[in-house]
Amino acid sequence: MIMMLKIENLHAGIDGKEILKGIDLEVNAGEVHAIMGPNGSGKSTMSNVLVGHPAYSVTEGKVTFKGKDLLAMSAEERSHEGLFMSFQYPVEIPGVSMTNFMRTAINEKRKALGKTPLSPADFLKMVREKRDLVKLDAKFMNRSVNEGFSGGEKKRNEIFQMAMLEPSLSILDETDSGLDIDALRIVADGVNRLKNADTSVIVITHYQRLLDYIKPDVVHVLYHGRIIKTAGPELALELEERGYDWVIREFEDSVG
Amino acid sequence: MKDYSSGNDLVREISAEKYKYGFTTDVHTEIIDRGLTEDTVKLISERKGEPDWMLDFRLKAFRHWLTMEMPDWAHLEIPEIDYQNISYYADPTARKKEGPKSIDEIDPQVMKTFDKLGIPLEERLALSGGVAVDAVMDSVSVKTTFKQTLAGKGIIFCSMGEAVRNHPDLVRQYLGSVVNYRDNFFAALNSAVFSDGSFVYIPKGVRCPMELSTYFRINAAGTGQFERTLIVADDDSYVSYLEGCTAPMRDENQLHAAIVEIVVLDRAEVKYSTVQNWYPGDENGRGGVYNFVTKRGLVKGVDAKLSWTQVETGSAITWKYPSCVLQGDGSQGEFYSVALTNNRQQADTGTKMIHLGRNTRSTVISKGISAGHSQNSYRGLIKVGEHADGARNYSQCDSLLLGDRCGAHTFPYMDVKNETAIVEHEATTSKISEDQLFYCNQRGIPMEQAIGLIVNGYAKEVLNKLPMEFAVEAQRLLAVSLENTVG
Repeated sequence: MIMMLKIENLHAGIDGKEILKGIDLEVNAGEVHAIMGPNGSGKSTMSNVLVGHPAYSVTEGKVTFKGKDLLAMSAEERSHEGLFMSFQYPVEIPGVSMTNFMRTAINEKRKALGKTPLSPADFLKMVREKRDLVKLDAKFMNRSVNEGFSGGEKKRNEIFQMAMLEPSLSILDETDSGLDIDALRIVADGVNRLKNADTSVIVITHYQRLLDYIKPDVVHVLYHGRIIKTAGPELALELEERGYDWVIREFEDSVG
Repeated sequence: MKDYSSGNDLVREISAEKYKYGFTTDVHTEIIDRGLTEDTVKLISERKGEPDWMLDFRLKAFRHWLTMEMPDWAHLEIPEIDYQNISYYADPTARKKEGPKSIDEIDPQVMKTFDKLGIPLEERLALSGGVAVDAVMDSVSVKTTFKQTLAGKGIIFCSMGEAVRNHPDLVRQYLGSVVNYRDNFFAALNSAVFSDGSFVYIPKGVRCPMELSTYFRINAAGTGQFERTLIVADDDSYVSYLEGCTAPMRDENQLHAAIVEIVVLDRAEVKYSTVQNWYPGDENGRGGVYNFVTKRGLVKGVDAKLSWTQVETGSAITWKYPSCVLQGDGSQGEFYSVALTNNRQQADTGTKMIHLGRNTRSTVISKGISAGHSQNSYRGLIKVGEHADGARNYSQCDSLLLGDRCGAHTFPYMDVKNETAIVEHEATTSKISEDQLFYCNQRGIPMEQAIGLIVNGYAKEVLNKLPMEFAVEAQRLLAVSLENTVG
């Protein structure tokens, strides 16, 4: 098994308030992990800390990504190394076309890897291929990044960018929120088709329904900044049926 | 073929450079003594071999200038300028009596300078799409390309000095007809001491087949540049004109006080684009060019049109209001502007749209970008005269702030004397959000490139109005000018 991501005793927070209180997690290449938990458990903090959002600070712990010290890298370096996050609320960038944005992103990564920029022809070919994956039409590349996109289009655009950047590890942060069932299927289908033995996915979600489409290998429950339970895919179903309370009670009993 | 749909190839190419035009050229230059008296004015006129009427024009202006005070109404802090401590004429071609006759006679150092600036003075090396260039270094036009080609269509494109000699009737008819020497302090100064700029005449019914451009370069120290440009577009003609400018990095401030006059006759159209990149001074505000410019067009003919597009990234202080006097019925004026200030730069810029004719229309789109400790003001006047039935104006002024130590200001004035007029004004102020930057970072785009990308997106509406070659240059400039604004 090749280790993709190893989190050890991670403590982090925002504005001086500790939210993650000692996370341990290991993700191997080829695996899909689901991180579930009630609101306020620290799910979004965890994804933002991993991708290096400047508002969050790490106070303790270690994160190794593909054998390298993740926390020592800038946000863009993490991206170049193959870390991707599908944002819960993708931001609009007026006046910047998707083409321009995507070309810049891809060529920055290539530059970091010591490669020459992608030729316009190869770029367009790649766009056509990946666009089909999430059923976005040709015109959307001329639109400004996320500007005026519907909720579904925004999330499909996130998965399109994931396809273009070919990350090793993708974090899907509440990707199912605000999606109708058709859009959810398209998004999940895109993710599944991008999955292979060398890539991993962390699905962060409150609800089970996305996991009907993206099958996790491991399910974790995050609560008050700690992972309180880890099990197989059957755990997600159980949570859907019984809620989080029983896991929390079980955890509280065990710590006494 | 290079694909310029992405500005970021360019952004990347320049990520290591700052003001790359800051070099000086070691060329034999005749500089007259510092100071400004009637004798100075006479000396300039004599050097240029001007007729008496031109000298009279200068002297009248000079005498009037002596009675004037520097304007202080702009939102600018202008240090005292010692007008007696500036040299008003510097000639880098002085070795040849009559100025260079062919490319071979131009000092190779001067040629090299323009090469280095990316302005080829040999026609075979012209920028793609064909751009004719009048290259002005300090006070003198060193070369005008494609003159013969253009003459074949009856188009006159030459330096102002040459125009005074060879086309005196046209020059006498129009010079000062749009910007009178009494107009303002800097206009009077310019009218007294102006040196080369370009003269353009497009005859009736002619569509100019190539872009015309003037590239202004300050080189000599201790001098000011006072160029004068006059463009006349006769009935049913069209021309697109570009202007670019750079100067060496120096600790002293250099004065640039220019006049541009444009006359647009019946159904003619003039597009005037500027990429202004004078040396802006260093990060502490030392040095840099004072850019005090009067630009105005008289849109005289029916259904005539004048469009100003400017990208202002340079200069320590900018004081500039390219304007349109919409005299012809159905005439149109446009002003598209991106003004970027960083470090200690100050800009007070905008436009005046004077509606005199019936059914005249004007559009103003201004995009200000402030960073560092800079101050950036939009100042605009929309005036509708009592006979301007059906006049329409739409103005949009946006300000983008980077950081919290800079200032953005908007001073819109309206003076409407006709009840049928419709005047609309919209204004926004925004900041680049941390979320936008982080989104770019997460996709692998580093901070400076991300800022360049977002700022170019913000300014896109205006950049799209520039001819291709200039749009590329402008995108690059916006990105470079914002280096070191993060952190």
